[in-house]
Amino acid sequence: MTAAPSPVVSLREVTKRFPGVIANDRVSLDFFPGEVHALLGENGAGKSTLISMLAGVQRPDEGEIAVDGAAVAIASPRHALSLGIGTVYQHRMLVPTLTVAENLMLGAPWWRRPALGGVRARFREAAAAFGVSVDPDARVENLSLGEQQQVEIIRALWRGGRLLVLDEPTAMLSPKGVEELGAMMGRMKALGIGIVFITHHLTEALDFGDRVSVLRGGRSVGGIAPETLTALPRADAMAEVVRLMFGTGLASAEAAEGGAHVPRALPNTKMLEVVGLSGRSPRSGSSFEDVSFHVRKGEIFGIAGVDGNGQTPLAEALAGQIAATGSVVLDGRELGPANVALRYQLGLRYATDDRNGEGMVGKLPISTNMVLKEIGAAPFWRRGIERRAAIDAHASALFAAHDVRAPGIHTPVGRLSGGNIQKVLLARELSGSPKVIVYSKPTHGLDLRNIEATRRRIRETAEAGVATVLISTDLGEVLALSDRIGVMVRGRLVGIVENGPEARLEVGRLMAGITEREAA
Amino acid sequence: MPPIFNEPFLAALLTGAIISALPLILAGLGEQMSERAGVMNIGLEGMMMAGALAGFAATLAGLGVWGGMLAGGLVGAAVSVIMVLFCVRQGMNQIIVGIAITLGATGVTSLMHNAWYSRTYPRLDAAEKIALPGLSQIPVLGPGLFTHHPATWAGLFVALVFAFVYRQTFLGLNLASAGEKPDALDAAGIDVTRTRSVAVMVAGAMAGLGGAYMAVIGSGIFVPHMTGGAGYIAIVLAMLARDRPLWVVGGALLFGFCLSATTALQVGGIEVPTDFIQMLPFLAVMAVLVLFGRNARLPRALGQPYHRGQR
Amino acid sequence: MTESTEFITGATPAAPRFGFLLPLGLALLPVMAALVAAGLVLLVLGSDPIEYYSYVVQRGLLRWRGLQATVVNMVPLLILGGALIVSFRSGLWNLGIDGQYLLGTLTAGATAPLLAGAFPSIVALPLAMLAGAVAGALWALPPALLRARAGINEVISGLMMSLIAASLTAAAIKLWLKDPASLEPQTLTLPVEDRLPLLAGTDINIGIFIALGLVIAAHTLMMRSATGLRFRILGLNPAAATHAGLGVPKLTLSVLCLSGALGGLAGAVELTGVLGKMQASWHPGYGFAVVPLVFLARMNGWAVIVFVFAFSVLQIGSASAATRLGVPQDFTLVLVGFLLLFLALSEYAGERLRAKKV
Repeated sequence: MTAAPSPVVSLREVTKRFPGVIANDRVSLDFFPGEVHALLGENGAGKSTLISMLAGVQRPDEGEIAVDGAAVAIASPRHALSLGIGTVYQHRMLVPTLTVAENLMLGAPWWRRPALGGVRARFREAAAAFGVSVDPDARVENLSLGEQQQVEIIRALWRGGRLLVLDEPTAMLSPKGVEELGAMMGRMKALGIGIVFITHHLTEALDFGDRVSVLRGGRSVGGIAPETLTALPRADAMAEVVRLMFGTGLASAEAAEGGAHVPRALPNTKMLEVVGLSGRSPRSGSSFEDVSFHVRKGEIFGIAGVDGNGQTPLAEALAGQIAATGSVVLDGRELGPANVALRYQLGLRYATDDRNGEGMVGKLPISTNMVLKEIGAAPFWRRGIERRAAIDAHASALFAAHDVRAPGIHTPVGRLSGGNIQKVLLARELSGSPKVIVYSKPTHGLDLRNIEATRRRIRETAEAGVATVLISTDLGEVLALSDRIGVMVRGRLVGIVENGPEARLEVGRLMAGITEREAA
Repeated sequence: MPPIFNEPFLAALLTGAIISALPLILAGLGEQMSERAGVMNIGLEGMMMAGALAGFAATLAGLGVWGGMLAGGLVGAAVSVIMVLFCVRQGMNQIIVGIAITLGATGVTSLMHNAWYSRTYPRLDAAEKIALPGLSQIPVLGPGLFTHHPATWAGLFVALVFAFVYRQTFLGLNLASAGEKPDALDAAGIDVTRTRSVAVMVAGAMAGLGGAYMAVIGSGIFVPHMTGGAGYIAIVLAMLARDRPLWVVGGALLFGFCLSATTALQVGGIEVPTDFIQMLPFLAVMAVLVLFGRNARLPRALGQPYHRGQR
Repeated sequence: MTESTEFITGATPAAPRFGFLLPLGLALLPVMAALVAAGLVLLVLGSDPIEYYSYVVQRGLLRWRGLQATVVNMVPLLILGGALIVSFRSGLWNLGIDGQYLLGTLTAGATAPLLAGAFPSIVALPLAMLAGAVAGALWALPPALLRARAGINEVISGLMMSLIAASLTAAAIKLWLKDPASLEPQTLTLPVEDRLPLLAGTDINIGIFIALGLVIAAHTLMMRSATGLRFRILGLNPAAATHAGLGVPKLTLSVLCLSGALGGLAGAVELTGVLGKMQASWHPGYGFAVVPLVFLARMNGWAVIVFVFAFSVLQIGSASAATRLGVPQDFTLVLVGFLLLFLALSEYAGERLRAKKV
């Protein structure tokens, strides 16, 4: 792509303040047609505010936004669309009970008559142009998240959009979905559409971006122009971006990638043994079948795989949250039927990835959430009546040990940031004497500092002798932390690989469905 | 026993069924709109009471049946403004405000009745009926089904209009979006607050019309508590019918028939079975819930306030 | 747009010494506002609100006989309040409470006179109450099962069960349980000497202690016990309940049946205390009086006692006022309606204030 000389949209010294914070501080950026402009920044760097100003949800306090060189005040989301700026948010913005075509038509006053036929035809046309195949008459709730995103992209460009703003577009996607998104962006670039690609993953920014800019603390702190980016070796580009994001502080490029695996000598005691386990989650409907593996004391057993291949129900079955058939043996003891409290007490712990959804009760204080899986048990309850002093003492100790940043142990968990909620969750699951911990996507949705802290915590507890099951869709993370890696595809554990230099390739082959049997 | 099942009895039964069904139809259609837009209007009963008193007072003051209906609709809509201000605009708890409206309106109408009518107990002249030519001549069923005040026909016609408008315009899509995923509607450039406000006020107006119909055409008098839970029945009808206006009509007719049968049998001197007949519609609802309840899902954003920029 | 800031969004480090003043004001202000607003309605309709209020207080509170009536009146309301505390704190809307009350009353009415004939009242009355509680729990079961098994909203099914109960109890009394000696359709009468004993020198039966005990027990259960915490987690975040290994269907059934049992008990205690018999037309509709009171009390048992007391004073006082001053008893509805509205408003204002402070 040769970048056209003049930008479609420019931000000029844009400032936006909220009570107590300057979300954007004199940010100047140019977005060119036919170019993917990757915008990197940690949580709180001001990305969301920037998006909402481009989308017409908020207006800058100072500075201006220029479209085709002329300053405009974007008054509303609709105005933004008419200017050719389309935004696709991180959370889906489609009405689940309506069809794709109906969603696309939305926005007319109520007395008008919907013209379904025309919309269908135009949608098919646009879908073909972007290389997408989605049925316009499908109900949105029956589409995958990736397909929903494709529909939203088409909608964002429906009225002849020229700049597409994608807010963390890969956050909810499977690797295949990410691949499709990449292909779709390629086609859009070829059609001369400019793309703002917002992310906090630096690898993604470098994979997809023609140009990279970094936001830090509300300011635009620099970037890499397309000419430089193509010329620079990847490692150097990465180092430069890390320097921009963190200054010369703690994080190295390697830490950001998850660190390197170091082979370790492990004792030969099987702490967890799973044989022929099958189960199904009533909530999501996804299932797993005939899964067998073991984890030794102090070992980290990674489970890699694309999201939705049965990892979550497997973790839930191990935790005792859902019923399963087969056998789970913890430290020589057969666990029998599902029972969360008993398993927790025996030392089998589960750190869920759905921290706000199921892991915590937001309105209850930190102290109560710390004993959520021990309700009714001594010493926190006696004959069914709570003993506040015991609960508080327990919570205070964990609070300090895990460096939770909050006014106190009686603060409702819902008021904490994602990183601190993760600390409370880990504090609960690691308290007492854990023997086995199952982590589900432990760093999902965290910013880099908390990702690093969480990974360090995982390593440390494993080194202290805890057998660890690490379920993650982030292959880099699995490779960096695990001693052995199992791969799940369509609910089955299709293979187990010793971690080592060849592991990435091997795991990739398993994920792609090439088992040894088929290869032979 | 047999002599009561003669033709005049059946005519009275069917007339009564339609007259009891109509307020349910009107209020139910309104509630349906409000619920689709994501606002649970528990205040429906109170809005019906307000409409009943307003309709009665207006007709008594010489504005005629149509004037009474109009007054009922306007007052119902006016009461629903409380719901709009408190719940739609400020996002307060819809169930609490709804109960407050029902209690307040029931109490205030009772006090007003006491202040204005408790000495004279005025009664309206029976509203004039029109026999539909041809149809009303059908033996047995004809007189009961097809001899009614034109407002009755207008009410049934409204249901058809709702069905037509939902299907043929963006109204259905916009309401469904406001109830299912308001931020998507907002992002598409339609004002969620306004959409919901209008839906709630339509519900208020329809409930007011229903109440006015009860007082002006149904009974010709106003008594405190006269709606007797019709508002709650209308809410149930709207919930079960989900987005189908004609289901509201069907359900309301079923309820109306049972209510009318109770009265008719009481008049016929049969005391005990009326309790069972009264139970029938509610038992029917329970049966429907047991059989089809799994499919009876409510809009996702029902009862949840909407503020731009929050998820 | 809310960029999640590090640490927390609402830091309130040190509570100032008069920190309780704001919540206290927020609780009293709506009461005052409701009294004034309802008074204005009276004024507009041609009655003197000052005269009315002082008459109500006079008759419901200050006169010894009125006060006794007030206390007796509180009994079923308090127990129903306990039932609703359990249900609302668990995030479930047991609006079938009136039906459970009616079934409990009916069962007690059918059994108490017979039991009293066979056993001494110290055995007979608890048995009748138990029967009433079981009936209430059973009546709560269909909505509970629908909710637990199929996820069907308990509001509609509960209301339906209440409406069915009204007809069913009437029919049952007329067909099967009628006292043949009575002209009116009603159950056999429990002789006065077999009813709950009265406090010496008063018309107040010991049901008031049962009622107070049950409200406090319900409150303590919810706030201090392991079971109560499980129930509250169910209400606050059902997914977290599953995650913590609490069986959601089982909890749902327990909550609604416990609430139903209390509802039935309310009827049984009232019957064995004052009513003595159930008439076919008996349908006091206590539920819709208690639901707003429990909201006003923010589901706190102690506050429920205060609000039920105030409401009872109003009910007893306004009943005499109806005949004496010509203001219908429905005035209580106006007052409670305004109270709820102002409560919602003050809650909203309170949230705004707190949000502003941090």
